[in-house]
Amino acid sequence: MKILVCISHVPDTTSKINFTEGDTKFDTNGVQFVINPNDEFGLTRAMWFKEKQGANVTVVNVGGAETEPTLRKALAIGADAAIRVNTPAVDGFSVAKQLANVVKDGAYDLVIAGRESIDYNGGMVPGVLAGLLQANFVTNCISLEIDGVSVKATREIDGGKESVTTTLPLVIGGQKGLVEESDLRIPNMRGIMMARKKPLTVVEPIDTDVETTSVSFEKPAPKGAVTLVSSDNLDELVSLLHNEAKVI
Amino acid sequence: MSVLVYTESEQGAFKKTALEVASYAKAIANELGTTVTALAINANDTNALGAYGTDKVLNVKNTQLDAFNANAYAEVIKQAAESEGAKVIVVSSSADSKYLAPLLAVGLNAGYVSNVVEVPSNTNPFIVKRSAFTNKAFERTQINTEVKIVGVSNNSFGLVESAGSASAEDFTPSIPDLGITVESVDKATDKVTIADAEIVVSAGRGLKGPENWGMIEELADVLGAATACSKPVSDLGWRPHSEHVGQTGKPVASNLYIAIGISGAIQHLAGINASKVKVVINTDTEAPFFKAADYGVVGDAFQVVPELIEKLKAFKAQQ
Ligand SMILES: Cc1cc2nc3c(=O)[nH]c(=O)nc-3n(C[C@H](O)[C@H](O)[C@H](O)COP(=O)(O)OP(=O)(O)OC[C@H]3O[C@@H](n4cnc5c(N)ncnc54)[C@H](O)[C@@H]3O)c2cc1C
Ligand SMILES: Nc1ncnc2c1ncn2[C@@H]1O[C@H](COP(=O)(O)O)[C@@H](O)[C@H]1O
Repeated sequence: MKILVCISHVPDTTSKINFTEGDTKFDTNGVQFVINPNDEFGLTRAMWFKEKQGANVTVVNVGGAETEPTLRKALAIGADAAIRVNTPAVDGFSVAKQLANVVKDGAYDLVIAGRESIDYNGGMVPGVLAGLLQANFVTNCISLEIDGVSVKATREIDGGKESVTTTLPLVIGGQKGLVEESDLRIPNMRGIMMARKKPLTVVEPIDTDVETTSVSFEKPAPKGAVTLVSSDNLDELVSLLHNEAKVI
Repeated sequence: MSVLVYTESEQGAFKKTALEVASYAKAIANELGTTVTALAINANDTNALGAYGTDKVLNVKNTQLDAFNANAYAEVIKQAAESEGAKVIVVSSSADSKYLAPLLAVGLNAGYVSNVVEVPSNTNPFIVKRSAFTNKAFERTQINTEVKIVGVSNNSFGLVESAGSASAEDFTPSIPDLGITVESVDKATDKVTIADAEIVVSAGRGLKGPENWGMIEELADVLGAATACSKPVSDLGWRPHSEHVGQTGKPVASNLYIAIGISGAIQHLAGINASKVKVVINTDTEAPFFKAADYGVVGDAFQVVPELIEKLKAFKAQQ
């Protein structure tokens, strides 16, 4: 089985979010970039398929050279090869188009992407990719088992979960549950050394349309100070929630 | 040319989000000077939509669509959009709508924008405001394609009634290959879901252990709220993963969010910030949550929560 894991390169969850160039660009100054957490769960599940079922795992990112350390980290975690499509990620549609081209070229059976990236929260790349490839698609995927071309998966739904069966070729949007937090791997020295020798291929982009354009950013209005209520005067809290906030 | 809105139902009844997206569709239709057509799949009381500005309902009744299937639903919405000549399609941010929207986008060659929090500030060019960076910022995004799909963030627009009634028409789509078979659904039908809840009661590691969640559930019961938790609580197995909220868990955009024994780490706050009113109950005055909250009680959850339950019961009895 050939697996392609899509890796989006995102600001670490503790990052302060600021903008530059008249609030039109995300300010990367002082920001640490990491593998998108949803993709890390997917990559770790891919490692299980590699170790238990002999799968071959390639990671891919659509982005500039600055994303290579993130791809190297994925190699150090255990992926066999990496591909970078050399073009900035401008919208979900164009990224999915580039990825579809990589999938066709490499004849992958399974594409593991994340439910959403934690920066732009688009939540569209895996679905558009599946649509373009006419592959089966399961998002919010919290368990995945494969036997030949038969697939059993679980999808988180509002208020519960749903078990489904389908077949390869398949695209998933993964998240926590695919593996547990405690299964995540921190690259060790040997992994890091080996990663240096693994192929990281840079491929040139294909022509594609851009369907959506980011115009500008703004931060939420600053919040007023908290109103403290004494723990022996909870009637006041009830009254504030009813009369002032009007939420109960 | 009308605006098409996909109004979700569950066991035949419209979900609250359906009425919200219908209200939103009406607002866009007003800007564009057109009407609203709703697509309802296996819903019963389609009249209900008239009160939220819908002019016409396309009713689909088909047992093949009893279980949600993203491919099939996307295809049905696509056929409805084509038959109506709709250029703007509105969907919600439910798990199902977020699942089908990208597939619909491919089918219609449409640009799709998720997590939209307002009606477009401009319709030519078409620019919408959406939340990004897990609620740490907003982004204005322009949709360049002729057909546009807007995914409305839960609870961001609210329900807006408008006098009127909707005409109903049967719509008979052709159903594609499903590709995916639902084997079983595991869902508590008696509980409010985090996605639909107006009030969410959430607790963290400050509760010390899973055996102490009785009072959290009771508080949620009194308020008709959904229960949620911080990430370590689900990692420790005290509560199911489906309750984990925050940047790497579920987003929360309720009217009221009550955080009990939760410190207020940046990743937690990011996911719940879209909630309108936040209350924190914590022993530590220095807990970062006090900076993010509207109301705060400095105190021990084991004392405050049972007392709050009593006060709320008394308040509810009076109402
Ligand atoms: C990549 C990454 C992603 C993450 N994503 C998320 C996420 O999505 N969601 C999330 O929640 N976290 C997330 N975290 C974890 C986050 O950083 C915090 O560790 C976590 O939110 C803390 O949970 P907590 O507030 O329950 O526990 P703690 O930080 O341990 O806080 C417990 C609080 O309870 C209070 N307390 C103790 N006893 C009592 C009492 N008797 N009564 C009242 N209060 C009491 C304490 O004063 C303290 O403030 C993420 C972390 C990382 C690194
Ligand atoms: N630039 C990118 N390169 C590779 N994969 C990506 C890229 N952007 C998004 N993805 C994948 O698509 C998922 C969802 O991203 P998004 O649609 O941006 O929320 C991510 O978790 C990744 O798996």
